[in-house]
Amino acid sequence: MTRVRRWLPGLLLVTPSIVAIAVFVYGMLGWNFQLAMTDKHDEISEGKFVGLTNFVELWDQPRWHISVNHAIVFTLVFVGGALVLGWLLAFLMEKGIKGEGTFRAIYLFPMAISFVATGIVWRWLMNSGQDERAVGLNRLFDSIGLDFLQWEWFRNQDWGMAAMAIPAIWQMSGYVMALFLAGFRGVPEELREAARVDGCTEWKVYRYVVLPFLRPVTLSALIILGHISLKVFDLIVAVSGKQIITDVPAVFMWVAVFDSHDPAKGATIASYIVLSVAVFVVPYLIWSVRREKH
Amino acid sequence: MTSVAQAPPDRSRARARISYGIRLTLLILFLVIFLIPVYVLLATSFKPLTEADPGQAWNLPGTWTFEAWRVAWEKLRPGLVNSFLLAVPGSLISAILGSMNGYVLSKWRFPGSDLLFTLFLFGMFIPYQGVMIPLVQVMVNLGVYGGIPGLILAHVVYGIPICTLIFRNYYVTIPDELIEASRVDGAGMLRTFWSVVLPVSAPAFAVVIIWQFTSMWNDFLFAVFLTGPQSWPATVLLNNIAGAQATPYSQQMAAAILSSIPTMIIYILLGRFFMRGLMAGALKG
Repeated sequence: MTRVRRWLPGLLLVTPSIVAIAVFVYGMLGWNFQLAMTDKHDEISEGKFVGLTNFVELWDQPRWHISVNHAIVFTLVFVGGALVLGWLLAFLMEKGIKGEGTFRAIYLFPMAISFVATGIVWRWLMNSGQDERAVGLNRLFDSIGLDFLQWEWFRNQDWGMAAMAIPAIWQMSGYVMALFLAGFRGVPEELREAARVDGCTEWKVYRYVVLPFLRPVTLSALIILGHISLKVFDLIVAVSGKQIITDVPAVFMWVAVFDSHDPAKGATIASYIVLSVAVFVVPYLIWSVRREKH
Repeated sequence: MTSVAQAPPDRSRARARISYGIRLTLLILFLVIFLIPVYVLLATSFKPLTEADPGQAWNLPGTWTFEAWRVAWEKLRPGLVNSFLLAVPGSLISAILGSMNGYVLSKWRFPGSDLLFTLFLFGMFIPYQGVMIPLVQVMVNLGVYGGIPGLILAHVVYGIPICTLIFRNYYVTIPDELIEASRVDGAGMLRTFWSVVLPVSAPAFAVVIIWQFTSMWNDFLFAVFLTGPQSWPATVLLNNIAGAQATPYSQQMAAAILSSIPTMIIYILLGRFFMRGLMAGALKG
């Protein structure tokens, strides 16, 4: 009895949050999934249970294939680019550099800006006009004699999504840098020194002493970038609107809900987005909570 | 003899200096690349319409004018007001909830509280698309669809995981003995929270308020799905202004800067706390 009295007040205090999370996160995820399994393809019909039909039939739609391919290209370029650039910036800074605070502040400031504002300036920079009509980066390339670098950017049929990843890299690599910098600084200096005394070259010190320390940070960065990437929406809308040429699942879902007025289809796409994130986030959360306990 | 003995340190010192130079050069190069969009935003926003042709795209304005800023301000003002009405109360409510949850989950645990915390954390990573259609339905049923209160509700609820995480990780560093001592003195949970925990919570409050303010200010997805034209925050209005074919670049850029000023001020003045929020997002204290 006394033990119950000891923890009951705590439970009561968090009850509002528990209810909110239960309803708004888990309840609504379930509700959405359930909606995806009905034939409610307009806003008035009741919606009969049709099992996984929508999940299967979505693959018959060319637009779905396009948006999935786009998401894959975007994710690879964005996650890879931000990880490499963020690591490089941290690597260049980790041994100390004059004015480190200023460098850090400037690399990081894009994080404080909305994807919409970022999208607006990058849409200008990545304008597809060339030569006479060129503005943005194409004009810059043209005027410094690098005119062969001009291309259609995000309007390119095949690699447009790689261009779309550039503003996202601009925005997020400072964050990755900060994570890696914290990782580098977490390596005890004595360990490096000891390895050097043992005759290790700087490369070996990095490979065998520093790198293992960076593993958890790299994993965190991967998870964060990955889940941002798979649900990317604002940036795409701000750069190119709802055009097919830059379609991704999140934009397709928006169109399904607001333009096609097809809740079941929107819910199906949303379920796929959730599943794509859950397959790597759930194991990661379980792993990191376990690790914290030890 | 001595010169031979001194050679290695000399050479390694020279090498260190060269490596420092290379690193500094590369960092400055990246700095310039990072700042290109800032130059474009500023230079374009001060240009008169007469200098809008592609040939002058990268030039500084020939004549500087505030015209684009004036028009952008007029168009964007309702959105800026809405964003403040959203982000100020929203971030305060988030912080209060987060501090209560973090306190309980670190100092007043109950059976299953660790599992509960894990379940909370998943809420941090869910793509909001996955709850959006039911959420719209619930907002309609509650009668708050389309307005700012509904948007605040959504942000506060989906902000619970990150706010709880930040406060919990902060409170873990308070010695248990302090809590125990207060308990022995006969203080209950709320009393201890009020008189022992809250007085030392200012840094965590700063981190959470800044984090939530920034994410509410910058949010676009919830706003597009949940609000009507009267309640559109700055991001939605900005997207509409920039999306209209007739809007000149100078106005688009001025509007983009205007919409970013509040979060930029926070970043410049309170960057330290902003960083801590970012780090918490990586699940590390």
